Amino acid sequence: MNATVAPASLPANKPDSRLALKDTGPSSHKAGATRLSLGPLLYYWSREDTLAFYEEAAGWPLDSIYLGETVCSRRHLLRLSDWLELAEKLTAAGKEVVLSTQTLIESESDLKALRKVVADGRFLVEANEWGAVRLLAEKGAPFVAGSTLNAYNPDTLALLAEMGATRWVPPVEMPRDMVKAMLASTAVPERMETELFAYGRLPLAFSARCFTARRHNLQKDDCQFRCLDHPDGLTMRTRESEDFLTINGIQTQSAKVMSLAHRVDELRTAGIDLLRLSPQSRHMGRVVEVFRALLTGDIAAATAPEKLDKLMPGLPCDGYWLGEAGMAYHPM
Amino acid sequence: MSALLELICPAGSLPALKAAVDNGADGVYLGLKDNTNARNFSGLNFDAKALAEGIRYAHNKGVKVLMALNTYPQPDTVSRWHQAVDTAATSGLDAIILADPGLMAYARKVHPNLRLHLSVQGSATSYEAVNFYRERFGIQRAVLPRVLSLPQVENVVNNTDVEIELFGFGGLCVMVEGRCLLSSYACGDSPNTFGACSPGHAVRWQQTPKGMETRLNGVLIDRYADDEKAGYPTLCKGRFDVQGETYYALEEPTSLNSMEMLPEMARLGIAAIKIEGRQRSPAYVAQVTQVWRAAIDAVKKDMAAFKPGSFKPEAAWMAQLNKVSEGSMSTLGAYYRPWK
Repeated sequence: MNATVAPASLPANKPDSRLALKDTGPSSHKAGATRLSLGPLLYYWSREDTLAFYEEAAGWPLDSIYLGETVCSRRHLLRLSDWLELAEKLTAAGKEVVLSTQTLIESESDLKALRKVVADGRFLVEANEWGAVRLLAEKGAPFVAGSTLNAYNPDTLALLAEMGATRWVPPVEMPRDMVKAMLASTAVPERMETELFAYGRLPLAFSARCFTARRHNLQKDDCQFRCLDHPDGLTMRTRESEDFLTINGIQTQSAKVMSLAHRVDELRTAGIDLLRLSPQSRHMGRVVEVFRALLTGDIAAATAPEKLDKLMPGLPCDGYWLGEAGMAYHPM
Repeated sequence: MSALLELICPAGSLPALKAAVDNGADGVYLGLKDNTNARNFSGLNFDAKALAEGIRYAHNKGVKVLMALNTYPQPDTVSRWHQAVDTAATSGLDAIILADPGLMAYARKVHPNLRLHLSVQGSATSYEAVNFYRERFGIQRAVLPRVLSLPQVENVVNNTDVEIELFGFGGLCVMVEGRCLLSSYACGDSPNTFGACSPGHAVRWQQTPKGMETRLNGVLIDRYADDEKAGYPTLCKGRFDVQGETYYALEEPTSLNSMEMLPEMARLGIAAIKIEGRQRSPAYVAQVTQVWRAAIDAVKKDMAAFKPGSFKPEAAWMAQLNKVSEGSMSTLGAYYRPWK
C-alpha cells in the first residue's frame, strides 16, 4: 500500500530514535505463544448480521472472543441472554469467551445490566470502568482490566491485579516504551497477561451525547437507532476532505485503522500475550487470517500492509505505538 | 454540618487566586508547573514560592486551597507525582484532587491525614465507582464528569457518603473526562498523560484566501469567514464534514452554565460547585466568582426562608457570564437531558 507518513505530525522535538525498530531489551514477562482475540463489537448491527458474524467467527483462527455491548445501553437487539447463548456456542467451538461491559455507566438500569453480567459467573468478564472492578472484586471473580481503566503506571496495574485482574489492556494511546516499562516493573505480577489493541479503528472518546443522533437532528432518547444505518460508523472529515474521525453513537473513533500487523515480531518480544482485533463489517475473517499467518510465520511481517490494504475500511496508522500522534503511520 | 454549594474557583496564577479569594470563593484549586495537572499550559500554575504565598493569602481569609494532581503518572516519572503529593501534604493544603488509583494508594499510605478528592479525570459516573474510591482510599469528595443528567446525579448522591461536586460554569468537555484521547490522536499529547488538550505548541492560525484557518498539528479544525470570530482549535469544537454537511459535528464552541439549576443542586445536597478556567485571566476569575457568589447566596437565602422555587438568575448575572463564555454562548449541557 502506498502508505504515507503524515509529515506535519512529527513535532521537531521528537527524536528519530523513536522510529528505531530494534527491541530495547527483553521483558521480564513470560514469552508464550502470542494469541489472537476479537474485541467486542463496537458498532450496532441488525440481530441477523450480528449472529451471522459470530457464527462465522466461530470458524476463524481466534483464541478469544469478547462479547457484549460496550458503547450504548440503548442498543438492545441482542439481550444478555442472547450474548450468553452465543458465549456457550463459541466456548463449545473452542474459543475463550470474555463478556465485556459497558464503558460509560449513567443510570441505575446500566448498573443493573452490569450486575447481571457479573452475577452470571460462567465467563471471564472485562471491566471497563471502576464500578465493574468493585463488583467483580466483591465477588472474587477474575477479570480483564479494559483499556478505559487507565492503567498508566505499575502501581495502578498492581492494584488491579490485587483486585482480581488476570489480564490488562493498556490505554490505546500507550507507547511501546511505556508498555515495556510497565511489564518490566516488579510491582506487576508475573502472571498478568497483556492484551494490546492491534487492529481496528481506535476507540478514542466517550460522551453522554450521541453524535449519530445529532447528525440526524434527533435527540438521544429518540435516536431511532440510526447507528444501524452505519455498520462501520460515520466518517467525520475535515473541511479539506481529510478523513479524521469516526462517529459511532456516543463513541468517537479514529477514521484511520490502527494496525500493528507489520510489527508483530516486535510485539512478541515486547511480551504481549494477546493481539486484539476490533470487529469491522466486512473482511473481518480475512483480517484474522492475515494476523494468524503472521504469528505462525507463514507470511512475513513486511508484507502485512499490502495484504491488509484492501481489507481495511480506512488508511492505516500506528503512531501511538511509536509515541507519536495516533494518526501517524510508519510502514516498516 | 456537611458542605453545601461551596464555591470552588480556578487559580491558574497567584493574581487569579487573589481574585477568587477577594470575590467570594469558598475554595480555590491550583496546580504545579508541570504535567502533574490537567492544565499544563506555559505561563500558568504555581512554583513553591507562589504556592506558599497563595496558601497564606487564602487561609488568611478563610478560603480553602485544593491542589489538582489529576493526570496519570507514568512508569518512568511516577516520582514526580509522588513528590507533588508530598509537597501538598507538607504545605498545608486542604485537599488534593487525584484521578489515578495508584497515586491515591501512595497518598493514603504516606500521608493518611491528607484529604483526598476524586478528580473529574477519574471518570467516575456511578456510585459503584465512587464507592470504590471511598472504600479503598477514603476519598471524601468526588467531582462528577459533565455527562450525567440531574436525576442521574441524584442517584449517585443517594447511594454514597462521598460529597459530590459538580461543574457549574466554564469550558465544556463534551466527552467523559479521562476517557478522551482525541488530542493525542491528532498531536501526540493527551490530557491524561501530558495534562493538556489541543496544546498550544500544536496550534497554528493562518490567514488564507478561504479565511482564517485553525489547525492542530496540521489537521484543519475550522475555517472562519471574515465576519466570524475565530476560536481556539479545541478539536471537539471545530466544524467538520459528515455525509457532505459541514457543521459542529460534536459540539459548538460554547460554555457550560448551570446557574438556573442551582436550587435543584441545593436540594440534592451538592457539596460544591466548580468553576472551570485555570487558563483564564484574573479578570475572568473575579467576574465569574462574584456572580456565582451572589447566586449561591441567593439560593441559600431562599432555602433558609423556605421559599424554594423563588430563585431566578438575574439577567445582569447571565449577561456578565455570557460575555466571558466561549463563543458568547452557554448551555446546560448534560444536566438537561435533551442536550444529549
